[in-house]
Amino acid sequence: MVHNGDALVGRGLEDGAALFRQWFASLDAVARRGEPAAYVFVMGSVAELLRSFDLPVVFPEINSLQTAVRHVAHEYLDDAEDYGYSPDICAYVKADVGLQMRGGVHPAGRVPKPALAVLTNACNTYIKWAEIWERMYGTPVVTIDVPGTRRAGLTPWPGDPDFERDRAYVVRQLTELITVCERVTGRKFDVDRLRENLRGANDLTASFKKVLDLNRSRPAPFNAVTDGTIYLGVANGLRGTPEAAKYFADLHEEMAHKAANRIGTLNEERYRLAFVGVPCYPIFRRFNEMFSEWGGTFVSSTYLWFASGGAALGWQYELQDPIASLAAGLLVGVRQAMDNMFFADTALDQMVDGFGLDGVVFHSVKSCRTVSTGLADARRSFSTRHDIPSLFLESDMMDRRVVSEAQLKNRVDAFFEGLATHRAGRAS
Amino acid sequence: MVARLLGDWDALSLDDLLGLARDTVEDPDLPTVGRWRDQGGKVVGHFQVYFPEEIAHAAGLLPVKVRGAQVESRQADARFGSYLCSIIKTSLELALSGRLQLDLFVSHPICDAARNLAAIWGRNFTYGSRILYLPQNPNSTGSAAYLRDEYQRLRGDVEEVAGRTITDAALRESIAVFNENRRLIRWLYGIRRDTPWLLSVDESYALLALGGIITREEHNALLHRAIGLIETRSAEPRDLLRVVFEGGFCEQPPLELLRTIASSCYVVDDDLLIGLRYLLEDVPSGRDDDPWLALARTYLDASTYTPVQHDLRKPKERMLLERIRGSRAQAAIVSAAKMCEPGLDEQVAYSRALDAEGLSYFVTEFEERMTGYDHLQIQLETFIENVMFA
Repeated sequence: MVHNGDALVGRGLEDGAALFRQWFASLDAVARRGEPAAYVFVMGSVAELLRSFDLPVVFPEINSLQTAVRHVAHEYLDDAEDYGYSPDICAYVKADVGLQMRGGVHPAGRVPKPALAVLTNACNTYIKWAEIWERMYGTPVVTIDVPGTRRAGLTPWPGDPDFERDRAYVVRQLTELITVCERVTGRKFDVDRLRENLRGANDLTASFKKVLDLNRSRPAPFNAVTDGTIYLGVANGLRGTPEAAKYFADLHEEMAHKAANRIGTLNEERYRLAFVGVPCYPIFRRFNEMFSEWGGTFVSSTYLWFASGGAALGWQYELQDPIASLAAGLLVGVRQAMDNMFFADTALDQMVDGFGLDGVVFHSVKSCRTVSTGLADARRSFSTRHDIPSLFLESDMMDRRVVSEAQLKNRVDAFFEGLATHRAGRAS
Repeated sequence: MVARLLGDWDALSLDDLLGLARDTVEDPDLPTVGRWRDQGGKVVGHFQVYFPEEIAHAAGLLPVKVRGAQVESRQADARFGSYLCSIIKTSLELALSGRLQLDLFVSHPICDAARNLAAIWGRNFTYGSRILYLPQNPNSTGSAAYLRDEYQRLRGDVEEVAGRTITDAALRESIAVFNENRRLIRWLYGIRRDTPWLLSVDESYALLALGGIITREEHNALLHRAIGLIETRSAEPRDLLRVVFEGGFCEQPPLELLRTIASSCYVVDDDLLIGLRYLLEDVPSGRDDDPWLALARTYLDASTYTPVQHDLRKPKERMLLERIRGSRAQAAIVSAAKMCEPGLDEQVAYSRALDAEGLSYFVTEFEERMTGYDHLQIQLETFIENVMFA
């Protein structure tokens, strides 16, 4: 298909949705055939390695958020709470428990059972979550322990002795994971398959970073929360595949075209906003409308950084030594993800000028303490350094019982009134 | 000479000694830490659960267990959202209010909330704030070497604060002090297990918790004295249910809650402040041992369990069953701090495992700032009656 001019506009959303449907359809087929699949998470999926064993990858986080977007999350949450899980734990976990109790039946298709679970320590709930499959199915669980930043601002890179010590630890764990994969699949490890997948990931991440950078344009060509979530779905679900690489190359072409021709995601962009946290999936579209109705556009989002599996950095694997390079990529990518959550104020410092921020929206959610615990303090810290208004909201990413649309709207409306006053004050 | 932070306690009776322990442990102003600082000492605060305190001790610093307190979080509340456990907030409150003054803060990412603490601490205080990444994959053959390197990294931070280097010989001496401490704590728990009428869970807890806020040398001396008095205590066995209390690995229940439980049953084992007795065996401290590697290996290979560590060798429900059988308990209190995600997750697995074994259990939640216990007492007594007279 040839795309020119305005025909490009909107292609990324259409193609992304189509790829997403195809991916779920493929998982549905795997489930129906009773074939093995690997359960992984967005922050450090090692999909490149698992795909080299032809293991389909399932992202429980994506399955769960899909139930919220499709307004059926409460059915799954109820099942898990009836089973004994507390209302006060991560609702992603509970939606997955509900899914497993229903034999994998999901609104987007059937989800296969886990033949293997691979997780990093980027989120402690990953570890608790995998223990559930371990107990439920006897699933082999491999934790890839990826040490992160030990103190603010200290981020060693390849070649630094501290980094190399961490890399040796991760290489050892990846080698041990390969042994488990060989046992689970009955296949021998093929390093050339891994190289091929790493090359695909390189192409994806190079384009992904360019796409994110293009949103510095005025007006912003895409919405970092709504459109960004679709990009994240492809970047995670199809990481390492030629389809994902092509998708992001095409997306870059589209966004470059929009930027060059000043085609914004909003007709009239009045306020450029950063989003910090996890989206409000139970009212996903409506949440964004509360801002877009005022001319507010999310031009950047820490979610796009920490939930993209390191893709936001544009990290490029060196293909000569794939395992060592995969280890380095994991260390850098997972560290960046964790830093964007725990040191969100520092992440925002990097966004302020480049993205021309008018305001920042901190969205704290009950379900995710990893992301939310430090947000109020990050906001306090950010406000001491920048004369940029910010809004602190609390709701949830899954549980509609914790989402009060009317209260949110009141707060958002007041925020925009404050933004207008602030702008007028600066102009005078 | 042992630095006395508790004052003159040598001649105290057991009741007075226990009273002193209770008052000190419940005092949110942390007077013992203040006395250490008044003497010119420096302090490393470490958040729950486990921390290799020997390293701080070997540098001449006082390692202090940061475990929250029963205080109103006036300043800390503004730095957190709504849906959090209490210990996260009150720990920061202790520091923001000036009650807890540190020279270095270290936390380990035990849970999603706690892993944010180091960053928050770093934004609010000028002294160092560090994250110690204890291995989350203890089953990897690379974990011991990795952890030894982590301890070396921590050594650098500690030495910087102390202004002196930590020699291997100094670390071995510190390990010996802590080995002795763990032996005494095991002895204390042995009394609870074998003669629970001599020592209740709240008394034992007060003695244990002192270890986190005084020097280990003083704690050892005090435990020696206390154990001697406890073993000669005049008390008669009662016909009470023997239970294990589970759920105190991080946030601590109020002493009053433990007293309430102790009035109805014998708590013959628990996981309260489990980090203080996380290592189950002596850490090798001989001249030929690499003390850094020995600390790392003991943590990995000779340690107990908590909901915040995943180790294929230690499935937590199996470990709980072993704790119950090892202490000859008849039932379990499966508790969790409010909003404690790992604890609440584990309640489900524990309940299923106990059901499968036909063991009775009582599920409850607590909060460090709770004040009413009547309802809990009624529920617990009903549970006990059901177990004992079923």
